[in-house]
Amino acid sequence: MRFAVIQFGGSNCDHDVHYVISEIFGVDCDLLWYKDGLPRNYDAIIIPGGFSYGDYLRAGAIAARTPVMTEIIEHARVGRLVLGICNGAQILAESGLVPGIFTINRYPKFICRWVNLRVENADTPFTRAYSEGEVIRIPIAHKEGRYVAPEDALKTLETTGRVSFRFCTPGGDLLPDANPNGSANHITGVLNSQGNVMAMMPHPERASEEVLGSSDGKGIFSSIIHHVEEKG
Amino acid sequence: MLSADDLDLIRKRLQREPTDVEVACFENLWSEHCSYRSTKNLLKTLPTSGPDVILGPGDDAAIVRFNDHLALAVSMESHNHPSYVDPHDGAATGVGGIVRDVLSMGARPIALMDPLYFGSLEREKNRYLFEHVVEGIGGYGNCIGVPVVRGDLVFDEGYNGNPLVNVVCVGIVRPDSYITARVKRPGNHLVLVGASTGRDGLGGASFASRDLSEDSESSDRPSVQIGDPFTEKLLIEAILEMAATGKVVSCRDLGAAGLAGASSEMCSTFGGLIHADRVHQREGNMHPVEIMLAESQERMLLEVDPGDVALIGKISERYDLPWSDIGEVIGEPSYRVTFHGRVVCDLPIDFLCDQAPLCEWKKEPYSLERPFARPSTGIRDLALRVLSHPEVADKSWVYEQYDHDVQIRTLSIGRDSGLLRLDGETLALSCGCNPRHINLSPYMGTANTVLENACNLACVGATPLCIVNCLNFASPLHPDIYWQLEQSVLGMGDMARKLQTPVVGGNVSLYNESDEMGTQIKPTPSIGMIGKGTRYSIPVPKDGSVLALLGETGGHFGGSVLDALTSCGGPVPPEGEIKNLARIRGLLTENPAIYATDLSQGGLLAALATLGIGADITLDGDILVQLFSETYGRFLLASDDESAFRGLPCRIIGTCGGDGLDITCGSETFGIASDEVSYALSSLSRTMRSW
Repeated sequence: MRFAVIQFGGSNCDHDVHYVISEIFGVDCDLLWYKDGLPRNYDAIIIPGGFSYGDYLRAGAIAARTPVMTEIIEHARVGRLVLGICNGAQILAESGLVPGIFTINRYPKFICRWVNLRVENADTPFTRAYSEGEVIRIPIAHKEGRYVAPEDALKTLETTGRVSFRFCTPGGDLLPDANPNGSANHITGVLNSQGNVMAMMPHPERASEEVLGSSDGKGIFSSIIHHVEEKG
Repeated sequence: MLSADDLDLIRKRLQREPTDVEVACFENLWSEHCSYRSTKNLLKTLPTSGPDVILGPGDDAAIVRFNDHLALAVSMESHNHPSYVDPHDGAATGVGGIVRDVLSMGARPIALMDPLYFGSLEREKNRYLFEHVVEGIGGYGNCIGVPVVRGDLVFDEGYNGNPLVNVVCVGIVRPDSYITARVKRPGNHLVLVGASTGRDGLGGASFASRDLSEDSESSDRPSVQIGDPFTEKLLIEAILEMAATGKVVSCRDLGAAGLAGASSEMCSTFGGLIHADRVHQREGNMHPVEIMLAESQERMLLEVDPGDVALIGKISERYDLPWSDIGEVIGEPSYRVTFHGRVVCDLPIDFLCDQAPLCEWKKEPYSLERPFARPSTGIRDLALRVLSHPEVADKSWVYEQYDHDVQIRTLSIGRDSGLLRLDGETLALSCGCNPRHINLSPYMGTANTVLENACNLACVGATPLCIVNCLNFASPLHPDIYWQLEQSVLGMGDMARKLQTPVVGGNVSLYNESDEMGTQIKPTPSIGMIGKGTRYSIPVPKDGSVLALLGETGGHFGGSVLDALTSCGGPVPPEGEIKNLARIRGLLTENPAIYATDLSQGGLLAALATLGIGADITLDGDILVQLFSETYGRFLLASDDESAFRGLPCRIIGTCGGDGLDITCGSETFGIASDEVSYALSSLSRTMRSW
């Protein structure tokens, strides 16, 4: 099993994700500079957070148009896993790998805060370690994280189990105050139609050790690992 | 502009008229910002060495041993004047500059702190400055992925028209592989890496060393640089990759006075030759003065063996960074610049870099202390006003705009110190100062500022390793200000010696006055203190926890938050006791479950209100003294088990729990419900979210 973490110019959570995959989970993981492309097949590719191209134009817009993304789209097409975290989620949305976009927060400032997420679908390669309705604590850190999608796309996501996480209260309720950036339907984790690509704004790598405040985020990585192991 | 005296001295030494490039070099390198003309003799009084100091003041950053495998690169700077003229870009480039100071040592930047000082938020202009300074710091720091883990916020009318933006950066490097900013061998090449040079920020060093005149905002705007954090992030990764090759002989960041400042100071160990026309430029037809003095951001100068130039170029290109081979180290002690083959500057390098004439200023003591006049307002109203004061109130509006978790080391950004995990131990960070106290008593106030930062570290179980400072003052031409500056530095040095904590670096920002607003700043010797400990956990007080107070309280209202709100005056706090520092560290090390916080602005009341839980308190004596006095060296402790306090000279004052604060002192009793406490503490966020 081998994972890859893609480094764009301006990625800044690349080392954090690499550390969690390789040190906490002991899984082989390559850090790949975007110019070098994919040198081999990977079981899962993670696009980490940061500010690729300084968020110039729109967050994720320029990175989405680099050649390595063509390879990542092909990797996803054949059913392998892709996880985009924060800026990675923005890149996946800009690439069209998931529907909708992540845009400027309702209160238009950067916001770095621990939030509660309700697991909406525990039957995906990214969430199987959780149970449906479970509330997990993971931090967010973004200025462009408000999820927006056309009404019909939202409906499709909702009816086909492609919403993975929603912002909620500690008790799991969807109260307005629990939606820190004003995302549509509180959505902050979405899947593609095949279910092998997930984009999420919160940072699970920052919640993978109790000493940092929570290990609730580990479930996402362990889910991926189990999924890959099972597929052989 | 160079003074007539300076110009005469230069003519005499050169035996000729200086060229325009030379005049520009002197103007910037002989400015206070670069040469410490007013403060060199004062700074010499500070303790700068210690067993852990590997490299003291004088380089881009100090190097301090953390453990056998890791050293810290620590640096602090102000970016005050640019942040008034253009708050977003001024503050952003302040972050960029300090990060490059740490990077140029070959260290990876891992944490930032930002002590900020503004005029009252009741003025719209100050809210504008505050909003955009915070956004500028966040925008830059977040993008380059260096967490801001600590800050300080002071509001005082003296900062109208002259806000202060100070930044501390800490980096990590192997103790045996840091890089200095002094060239090592004639014949080596000087390679410029990073952003191309444009006409931005011309004359910034001299701009930073004068007071802000009425029209400064519009006419000085071309002096403010625009930051590009994306390029900075590429530069961080590129320079660290270059440093890892072992081929970088020395390295310096281009900051104040641009290429002229960086290259001359870097070459002052030997001599330097720069071919200005070889610099990669962003604009056409640039004059050599512009090329040499522009303060375009995100640039670094590296000394490398001629045989390694291609390797450095290759790494630059991997990160899409332009570069140019612009000169060399020479064996004669000259600083020479050519432009298309013509010599445009040829100066004795030590004259330019080390011989700016020192200034002698007159000094005159003053006394501002007033007797205490008891406020007539009721205690409950006073309490709510103190809790609503923006220095006491909740700062989440600020720190939530900073990505304080990136690099996954952050254990806490709690009330007292930022706390990071580092190589199995903890790195604790605290910063700031108390200008109101320091204004009343520059010596004592500054000594107490050093103590207070050490108390902040003690609350997370950490022992100080080093101090960096930013001496922000008004114009030393005023004899009372020069006295203030002198007393302040002496107070800092004496307390640093008592705490056995060296002052390893910093900068000086003088002339912080505003003609526009008719203000001069209160003395602001802002410090950053870095410490080390082993305690990872930050417990929270729980229902039923016993509360104890360690340290004696006196009626020290002078310069307190209560004084700021009511002009009650009163004595300034005397030098605080240092003996409780070791007690607190010992207690916390033995008892991981004990919560500790030190008492500072807003006194005991502020500490109680920010416990995050209600409390029922019984006190003796004058209720104003007990709740609002700001005597230094005191701690509020919470423990589930009262016996943990056995042997400690503290007094039990109550228990945690209940709805809000219930306070009894002698015959007086009052309560504040928890929603009232929260509402008062949310004043800063409410002000900033609603204007």
